[in-house]
Amino acid sequence: MAQMNMIEAIRSAHDVMMDRDSSVVVLGEDVGYFGGVFRCTDGLQRKYGEHRVIDAPISEGGIIGAAIGMGVNGLRPVAEIQFADYIYPGFDQIVSELARLRYRSSGDFFSPVTIRTPCGGGIRGGQTHSQSPEGIFTHVTGIKTVMPSNPYDAKGLLIAAIESDDPVVFFEPKRIYNGPFDGDPEKPAVSWGSHPKGEVPEGYYTVPLGQAEIARAGEELTIITYGTLVHVAIAAAEATGVDCEVVDVRTLSPLDVATLADSVKKTGRCLIAHEATRFSGYGAELAATIQKECFYQLEAPISRVAGWDTPYPHAFEWQYFPGLKRMSAGIRRVMEAE
Amino acid sequence: MNSKSRLQIPRPTARPGEKPDFSYLDLSPAGSIDKPPIDARTRDIEHLSGGLVRVLDEDHSAKGAWNPNFDANQLQVGLRWMLLNRVFDERMWQIQRQGRISFYMQATGEEAVSIAQGMALRPGDMCFPSYRNQGLFMYRGVKLVDMMCQCLSNTRDMCQGRQLPIMYHTKTGNVFSVSGNLGTQYPHAVGWAMASAIKGEDHIAASWVGDGTTAEADFHHALTFAAVYQAPVILNVVNNQWAISTFQGTAAGQRRAFAARGLGLGIPGIRVDGNDFLAVYSASLWAADRARRGGGPTLIELVTYRGGPHSTSDDPSKYRPKDEWLSFPLGDPIERLKQHMIAEGHWSDARHESLVDELRTEVTAAWKEAQKHGTMTEGPWLDPATMFDDVFAEAPRNLDSQRRRMLEVERGE
Ligand SMILES: Cc1ncc(C[n+]2csc(CCOP(=O)(O)OP(=O)(O)O)c2C)c(N)n1
Ligand SMILES: [Mg+2]
Repeated sequence: MAQMNMIEAIRSAHDVMMDRDSSVVVLGEDVGYFGGVFRCTDGLQRKYGEHRVIDAPISEGGIIGAAIGMGVNGLRPVAEIQFADYIYPGFDQIVSELARLRYRSSGDFFSPVTIRTPCGGGIRGGQTHSQSPEGIFTHVTGIKTVMPSNPYDAKGLLIAAIESDDPVVFFEPKRIYNGPFDGDPEKPAVSWGSHPKGEVPEGYYTVPLGQAEIARAGEELTIITYGTLVHVAIAAAEATGVDCEVVDVRTLSPLDVATLADSVKKTGRCLIAHEATRFSGYGAELAATIQKECFYQLEAPISRVAGWDTPYPHAFEWQYFPGLKRMSAGIRRVMEAE
Repeated sequence: MNSKSRLQIPRPTARPGEKPDFSYLDLSPAGSIDKPPIDARTRDIEHLSGGLVRVLDEDHSAKGAWNPNFDANQLQVGLRWMLLNRVFDERMWQIQRQGRISFYMQATGEEAVSIAQGMALRPGDMCFPSYRNQGLFMYRGVKLVDMMCQCLSNTRDMCQGRQLPIMYHTKTGNVFSVSGNLGTQYPHAVGWAMASAIKGEDHIAASWVGDGTTAEADFHHALTFAAVYQAPVILNVVNNQWAISTFQGTAAGQRRAFAARGLGLGIPGIRVDGNDFLAVYSASLWAADRARRGGGPTLIELVTYRGGPHSTSDDPSKYRPKDEWLSFPLGDPIERLKQHMIAEGHWSDARHESLVDELRTEVTAAWKEAQKHGTMTEGPWLDPATMFDDVFAEAPRNLDSQRRRMLEVERGE
């Protein structure tokens, strides 16, 4: 076991897979010589060569389109999009091609592309470095959507994503690259060093796609969330003294309905939280699913905590970010409801 | 030829620790490129995209047909604005380093682009800038204090705290809102220009992207529309050799000049010494006149060098030689104009020094004033309730109720 932050864990996942499988190639803006603006691919080009770690032109549509072609021709591309906020020029390639290739060719063609991209706010990045567009991707059938909340999962899920023959969009909450974040920007930054999920095996392992995890066991209320907000939810459970069970969705699509439903059936109460905007957000799918699965066990209406329905405002980052206050208020709201 | 296909890996000529090498840059002597009439046919002026239009010579004289023959006053105006751009950038960089703004980007070494092109355009012409065109905002009348307030996201911020520093805009000055997404505004410039033609007006549009951004599809969308409709627009590629860590070859700049990107569509290209204030002005005025008289679009490549880090988040020592800028054969635009003015007898080192001092004082005064409208740590503060404004022309119900909810949370309810 080694101590790793999320960046090191992601780098290690690349390293392990490039070493095991010569068909794994990496491409993206600044990923090669420089090692990525967040350093997630640092050292890979030196180790595996310029034919396997490719500095791409600034063209997200080109990166994803070319990755699809490479995948069709037997490679296993891992494409980095520098920020999730810049993935949209590649959206047509994802929706019209990557997601449907297998279906429309009756399984004769497919492309096992993994698209990694940093997402989320809390870094004073303004509206073009803070978005959480995962809900746009979960709405597209034929691609898997993943968002880890810690280094251990990041590495295991990324390896599983690279091995998956289905395309995966892999969101990395950049606020927790260097340490868990409980939603209070006033507190000094914490590193992954003291966190159990900062213990990461150096070699190969997977965290299977499609499995949620109980991040904190509890009896009174279930908080279903993912990414940075897993840590906010755990902190809010402590702050409110409510015995919350925090479920980390990890793979947003396909969804592990059983783990979520079992938890809500046990607690009878459900709060859903994400950083992304609320309206038509991924939380709406979660709420509908829980309502269907757990209707007779629910003791209170399902409630949501989410980003406001505005672009991410630079100056009002902490009024925008669904932090400890809003998470705690959400917990109380669900506990007080009859 | 090989017996097998092979992958080309574009590599810069020098990496950290190596000797800078700009031998790949094709240069033409000052004054050597002809200046065609503005109604020349594209096919007759293809050579302009391969040469390098230069006016300022090594001996600091101004040469050739592209010399705009500026008088002392015009030269001083240009020098003053370029220097202001530089001095402002230096100060804002320091301010970011002190943690007093969250982010900053300089235009160091590229000041001639914004200032000379700003001077070549008319006030009614619409500019669609990149994030390195702060000089254009200054030249078009945005006060330094207002630019600083934007960077501070304070109560006088033109963006009301909604945007990262440097994402300025000026409606009255006709400079569009800077976008963080690369290349997206290139087609906007073309559309704006088409509208100008549809309305029968003689305003033109201009837009700027970097060498790296030419790879984006939006770049090509813009060129296609500009060519098809012969839109009155100037499309600029600021080739500062680097796009964060990748050199211009990663956008295929080593194969053929960016100025030639439009030739296949029939768009004339001019490759210009981007650090030659006089050449940039002249080439831009030529393209503006051509567009205004129905001659359609021009693609201008401005060959320059990004003198500083990409942004305050960047560390260029990891990917390029530290002193590379010093070896750049086209030098520094400010120094070159200054030397020309001295050679012409219009200027002196002493006057230069006192101008720098004067501009520093101006910037210091603006910073003092800006802070009165709020800083990152001290009020006055913007009202967070305003974050819900302007999402729509009229706030729908979900936003109204979220605004109320946000205020309750802030009050601790
Ligand atoms: C669509 C999009 N993709 C990626 C980025 C991240 N990014 C910001 S600036 C930059 C490099 C741009 O280089 P260039 O076009 O040469 O302009 P320069 O910074 O050199 O002026 C990149 C990749 C972005 N802002 N938008
Ligand atoms: Mg550039």
